[in-house]
Amino acid sequence: MKTKSRVHKTFIYALLILFSLLFLAPLFWMVTTSLKGPDELYQFPPKWIPSVFHFENFKNAWISQPFTQFLMNSVTVTVLATLGQVVSSSLVAYGFARFTFKGRDFLFVVLLATMMIPWEVTMIPLYMEFNFLGWINTLKPLIVPAWFGGPFFIFLLRQFIMGIPKELDEAARIDGANAFQIFYKIYLPLMKPPLILVTVFSFLSCWNDYLGPLVFLNDQSKYTLTLGLAQFKGMFGVDMEGIMAITFLICLPPLVLFFVAQRYIMEDVSKSGVKG
Amino acid sequence: MKAIHASSKPYMEFNQKKKIKWDKLVPFLFISPWVFGFLAFTLGPLLFSLVISFFDWPVVGEAKFVGIANYKTMFTDDPLFWKSLWVTVKFAAFFVPLNIITALVLALLLNQNVKGHSFFRTFFYLPSVISGVALAMIWAWVFNGEYGILNYFLSLAGIQGPDWLNDMSWALVAMVIASLWGQGQMMLIFLAGLKGISKEMYEAASIDGANKVTQFFKITMPLLTPTILFNLITTIISAFQQLTLALLLTGGGPLNSTYFYAMYVYENAFKYFKMGYSSANAWFMFLIVLGLSLLVFKSSSAWVYYEGEVKKKK
Repeated sequence: MKTKSRVHKTFIYALLILFSLLFLAPLFWMVTTSLKGPDELYQFPPKWIPSVFHFENFKNAWISQPFTQFLMNSVTVTVLATLGQVVSSSLVAYGFARFTFKGRDFLFVVLLATMMIPWEVTMIPLYMEFNFLGWINTLKPLIVPAWFGGPFFIFLLRQFIMGIPKELDEAARIDGANAFQIFYKIYLPLMKPPLILVTVFSFLSCWNDYLGPLVFLNDQSKYTLTLGLAQFKGMFGVDMEGIMAITFLICLPPLVLFFVAQRYIMEDVSKSGVKG
Repeated sequence: MKAIHASSKPYMEFNQKKKIKWDKLVPFLFISPWVFGFLAFTLGPLLFSLVISFFDWPVVGEAKFVGIANYKTMFTDDPLFWKSLWVTVKFAAFFVPLNIITALVLALLLNQNVKGHSFFRTFFYLPSVISGVALAMIWAWVFNGEYGILNYFLSLAGIQGPDWLNDMSWALVAMVIASLWGQGQMMLIFLAGLKGISKEMYEAASIDGANKVTQFFKITMPLLTPTILFNLITTIISAFQQLTLALLLTGGGPLNSTYFYAMYVYENAFKYFKMGYSSANAWFMFLIVLGLSLLVFKSSSAWVYYEGEVKKKK
């Protein structure tokens, strides 16, 4: 019986390790390629560890295009949109979770239903709308909508608020606090875990966004990093080590953020996902 | 004293009235950002998109009402429409089940109480935090026919790998593989679903003499069906919106073998500037996705098991 369970355990470990290698190999391949010299780049069988680490690949690729400008644009969009997302989504979530008003449940169903709408359907009118406002080729289309709340984030925060005992705000109300003070002074501090989650996911979706910048931006000076990288790849005479170096740099902030916020992502989001 | 009291009473009443009105307004103030955003960035565009789908709407020049002509052209006079629809259906037919199976298998493995399972969990989730552009860049290099690592691994097994992205019969398979790499979110949701199954259930089953395999099919799977339903619908929706990978890995080629429906919609709008036609395309896709989701949802009463219902029967 004991040997049987040991065989079973070994089998599971073997599978886990195999899958880990499969999932990590492309990332490793990216890192190692970014450090290779031209002589080792196109070799078969491939060399896993370059004999010399060519760190200058990063600098060369970075300065070959206005990547510093792209970085500034990406940072602007990501920071401002995420800030807007956190502020607006938490306000709206509180409104849905803590008040009863006519049409509330209907509106909430509508909010959930909007998550089903494919972006292709609204893409053209949005383009026309932003064009009418003179926002095309500016970063506004990527920032402003975030200030009006995201359905998924609102849902996430609402679920969390519903789990907070209501007695808390009754006590505060007796003390004379108004709705906004209660939200700001009592709820916001309690909402730290889901707010971190919203921050992380909003950051990831803005930083990683490609289609938004692709549709709404024209001039290279307005490009975000993802758009810059896509353009960089299509250029003549660009080598793989440069592309992988930039790719690696673009992946770095999400990866770092993920490791910092890992605890929240792994535990909280999965729970709320099931409830949905 | 009396005078003050008399004068303050109407004031109080006024204040009370104002307060009640204010109280009614407060919830709307809280949700107003979303309401405004919904009207301006979702409902408005949605309706407008429906309207222009009945127009010939070029970027420059007059828009002309054409009735259902756009929809008619799409079905009867546009081979690319059928081609892209077929490519997307093929992609979904492979991707949807494979994505769910991969995520489920990984979640089951992680749920086996192994040491270091948080490390493995991190490894499997890691690719999902990466941008679609970065993902495409990495996989373009992995799939490289001459120098890529995928063909290197295949060569170790004595298999001569194809030139994935330039081979008509393999490019779509390559897309499926690259997309599977980002299954992390789904795995986490399955993992949470598995954690939600109470241990007592398994204990009771093993006292009754059920072995692991029976337990899996009689306990784990049925109790996981609501999670599978959720994941199924999300994957179907995402399969029909796949665009980034197609744009960056193959550009729809070779010979349109990876020309996804989303790419068809996108190019009609922003490459050929047929805004009305593209809107008609988009609405048709919306209806397909809605229909499929509804179908899956309707079918769920036959295969999704809800604990609450059984309790009622008892």
